[in-house]
Amino acid sequence: MSLPTPVAGIPEGAAAGKAGWTREGFRAFVDREIAPFAGEWDRAERTPAETIRRVAEVGYLGALLPREVGGAGMDTVTFGVLNEELGRGCSSIRSLLTVHSMVAFTVHRWGSRAQKERWLGLLARGETVAAFGLSEPGAGSDPSAIETEAAPDGDGYVLRGRKKWTTYGQVADLFLVFARSEGKPVALLVERETPGLTVQPLRGITGTRASMLAELRFDGCRVPRENRVAGPGFGIGVALSALEVGRFSVASGCVGILQACLEASLAYASERVQFGAPLREHQLVQRMITDMATELRAARLLCRRAAELRDAGDPSAPEEIFVAKYFASTAATRAALDAVQIHGANGCTEEYPVERYLRDTRVMEIIEGSTQIQQMTIARNEFRAFDAARS
Amino acid sequence: MEENKVRVRDFIGRHIRGHELTDDEDIFASGFVNSMFAMQLVNFVEQTFGIVVENEDLEIDNFRSVNAIAALVERKTAAPAA
Repeated sequence: MSLPTPVAGIPEGAAAGKAGWTREGFRAFVDREIAPFAGEWDRAERTPAETIRRVAEVGYLGALLPREVGGAGMDTVTFGVLNEELGRGCSSIRSLLTVHSMVAFTVHRWGSRAQKERWLGLLARGETVAAFGLSEPGAGSDPSAIETEAAPDGDGYVLRGRKKWTTYGQVADLFLVFARSEGKPVALLVERETPGLTVQPLRGITGTRASMLAELRFDGCRVPRENRVAGPGFGIGVALSALEVGRFSVASGCVGILQACLEASLAYASERVQFGAPLREHQLVQRMITDMATELRAARLLCRRAAELRDAGDPSAPEEIFVAKYFASTAATRAALDAVQIHGANGCTEEYPVERYLRDTRVMEIIEGSTQIQQMTIARNEFRAFDAARS
Repeated sequence: MEENKVRVRDFIGRHIRGHELTDDEDIFASGFVNSMFAMQLVNFVEQTFGIVVENEDLEIDNFRSVNAIAALVERKTAAPAA
């Protein structure tokens, strides 16, 4: 069922579109090519290659890259709306946009001239699909704990170690891999065909099941020096700057989950009759709808504000992205729990999408900074501002 | 140059309170800051001096001391990236 998109305080036409992109366009694509199939992909634990090709074809994978290299030239506000709409339809496809954009952003922002010439066009057109190799079995919230080693060897590195939970790692052509070189973190571009790299699919994941997670094993992979994006000492910093893009993408995707929960709940509560009246007339159901609708608006506005600050180059943008991600991801959990509750037993089956939304929210509160990392970071920022004001 | 050094010294000083930093002191070798701080330095010099730090500038040697950072800013200001 397709409903109007209420966007509190934001005229639809103004929500995106500086470069010709509109929410309506994103929404139409998602309603036509993503949302109807998301449940099937989730059950199959895979995204069809044709879908990835279509997402690339319409230009979404080049979202953050400039038009000069074939990208979509979106500003952060527009990127947020795209993530929201994709997130409304399928959190796995939104994850594809997230990780690919993180790598594309990194190459564009921090890559060498030669790396930009070689990769940006391919990434912008989605002819090369990229994945982000940071997490390891022993390094999640603490990226400085990575153990993958890049040993200097002549004019390059020899890579040994493992990466885990690599989103779309099963199909990616290019990996941005973070490793230690003589104790200091570096960032390297590693091509899929590199001898010594094996990709092991991960299955049975709670949420974003179609995101084709993989474990990467590097067994003596030779990586040339020209593939180095960040030298010793800057690997983690470059990772954090990419994670900021990812965090915003996830936050906006969570707004999409909130929207999807609300739409599904409005529809179900209008049709389902209990005690001789549709659920929508039961006041305790109305309360859940109210909470969803309110938190949806709040999350959307927090993302919008963070995006505007980022586009303006405001130094407070990273803090606002933390706040937006914290609120949007936790609100999405609350909304998904209520959406399942409204659906009752039906909400616990694959026949209705709300059970998928709920599973996906578990992942949203873990990736790109867990809820607890957001809480620690936001509090630390507040204390820092408090101390600065006093000194 | 001197004015730039003051601003750099002031920024780093806020992160290593209680130590009088000299301009040629290696802030990484001395253990005052870690590599997580390196990117904060990058953001600081970009925002404060209006320059863009690029791939070839991402070397610890460019951020090792107040003098090194001031020299980087001087170079980038004198010859803006093409």
